[in-house]
Amino acid sequence: MGSFKLGTMTIKSIFSKPETVLYPVMEKTAPDGLKGHIANDMKVCILCGICERTCPAGALRVDKAENLWAIDSFACVQCGACTRACPKDCLTMEPTYKKPAASMGEDVFYKPEETEEERAAKEAEKAAKIEAAKKAKEAKDAAKAEETSD
Amino acid sequence: MGQHTVIPFGPQHPVLPEPLHLDLVVDDEVVVEAIPQIGFVHRGLERLTQTRDYNQFIYIAERICGICAFGHSLGYAETIEELMGVEVPKRAEYLRVILHELSRVHSHLLWLGLAADAFGYESLFMHCWRLRERILDVFEATTGGRVILSAVLVGGMVRDQDSSILQMMRDTLEGIKDEYAQLCKAFLEDSSVKNRLVGVGTISTEDALNYSMVGPFARASNVNNDVRCLGRGGYADLSDFQPILETGGDCFARAKVRALEVLQSIDIINEMIDKIPDGPVFEEVKGAPAAGAQACNTLEQPRGECYYYALGNGTKYLERMRMRTPTSVNLAGMATALKGCDLADVNMIVLTIDPCISCTER
Repeated sequence: MGSFKLGTMTIKSIFSKPETVLYPVMEKTAPDGLKGHIANDMKVCILCGICERTCPAGALRVDKAENLWAIDSFACVQCGACTRACPKDCLTMEPTYKKPAASMGEDVFYKPEETEEERAAKEAEKAAKIEAAKKAKEAKDAAKAEETSD
Repeated sequence: MGQHTVIPFGPQHPVLPEPLHLDLVVDDEVVVEAIPQIGFVHRGLERLTQTRDYNQFIYIAERICGICAFGHSLGYAETIEELMGVEVPKRAEYLRVILHELSRVHSHLLWLGLAADAFGYESLFMHCWRLRERILDVFEATTGGRVILSAVLVGGMVRDQDSSILQMMRDTLEGIKDEYAQLCKAFLEDSSVKNRLVGVGTISTEDALNYSMVGPFARASNVNNDVRCLGRGGYADLSDFQPILETGGDCFARAKVRALEVLQSIDIINEMIDKIPDGPVFEEVKGAPAAGAQACNTLEQPRGECYYYALGNGTKYLERMRMRTPTSVNLAGMATALKGCDLADVNMIVLTIDPCISCTER
C-alpha cells in the first residue's frame, strides 16, 4: 500500500501528549533567554535619553523635566538595543510573557522622589568622590614637582 | 479547441501564503501563458537606510521576510562588515552558520508543510509544522525570539551560546531525526504524493540556466548555484560540502531537494558545534562607512541566492542599500514552468518555487 506511509506516526500521535498548551488555562514556561519585554529600574535610571536615541522603532520617550521614562509596547520591537546602550544598566529584558494589553498607548514610569536619607547618602558619595579626586590631583602635582626639582 | 480565456489567480487565494497575482491564459484546462504581477505589499524598506543608521537598520533588514529573518540580518551585517573592513570573531562566524542553518531547517519544514497542505495531505502538513515548532523552541531558548531573532549585530553576535545550549540544540535535532525520516518517507515514497508531483512543471537544466534560477528551484534542475560552496565565513571550515542536486526538474525533484537539505543542514550544524572555537562573539565597530565605499555580498538563503549591495556616504546613514531576493529571480522560471500545465497543478507549481513576495517587494 503506497499511500499510508505516515500511518505509524499518526497512530502514535493519538496516544502521545498534546503538543499544544491549553492557553489561557495553562501557560507555557518561558525559557531563561526569552527576550520578553523591557523593564526599567527607575531608581537607578538617570534619564539620560541614550535609550531614546538608540531605539530603532522610536518606542521610548524620556523627559528629564517631567522626570519620566515611557515605553510604547506596541511600537517596541524587542531588539534589546536600548539595554546594550544603557550606561547605568538599569534597562533589562524581563524573560516573561506579557499579558495581553487592554488598551493601546505608552506605559509611563516616573522616577521616584528621593528621600532625605537617599539624598544625603548621594551627596556624601559625591563629596567623597570630589575629595578622592582632589587628593589624587595633589599627589600627582607633588610627584611632578619632585620630578622637576630633580 | 476552446477559446483562450484569462483566469485571474490571486493575490488573495487560499493556497497562496503571500499576495502574488497571476493572469492565467488557459485553453480549456491547459495553461498557455502565465503573466505574474507583484506590488501589493511594497513597504519601501531600502529607503529607510536614509533615516536609520547602519546599526539600527539591522532590525529592519530582518523584517524583510518573516521566514528568512535571520538570513537577511546576517546578509546585511556581512555587507556592512565588508564595507567597513571589520573582522568578525571566529566564534561569532560559527554561531551565525549554526543559526542560519537552523533557519533553513525551519523554513524547509514550513515549506514541506505548505506543500503537503496544497496537495491535500493534511496530516503530513501538521506533522511537518509540529517538528518545525521544536526548531522555533530552540530559537526561543537561544536567542529569545521565535521568528524575529535580533541575534546579529554589525561586528558579531548579540549573545554567546554556552556548551549546554549547544548540546540542547544537538539533542533537539537528534530527537527530530527519526520522525523527520518518516516524513521524508511519506514525501518521497507515497504514491498519492508522487501522483501530484512527478512530471509536473518540469524545467530543463538549459531553461534553469537561461532564466538564472536560484536555490532549490534550480538545484532540482541540476544547476549547482549554492553560494555555500564559495566557503565564506564559517562555511569555509566545513570538511566537505556537496550541494544537493536532482535531475528531474519537476515538482517532485524540488520537494526532494528541500527534504534532503534539511538533513544536510542538521549535519552542518552538528559539525559546527563540534568545531566551534572559544573566544569573543562581538567586536565593537566604530566610525562610519567611508564616502563612496561600496560592498556587495551574496548569501544562500533557504530560497536561494540573495544579493546585497551597500554604498556609504561618510555618515552613519547609508547612501544606498539594495537587495535582490531569490523569489524575484525565480518568478521568470515559475512563469516558464506554468506553461503547458493543467489548471489544477498551478497552485502546486507556484508553491514549489517557495515564493516569498514580501522579500521580493521589500
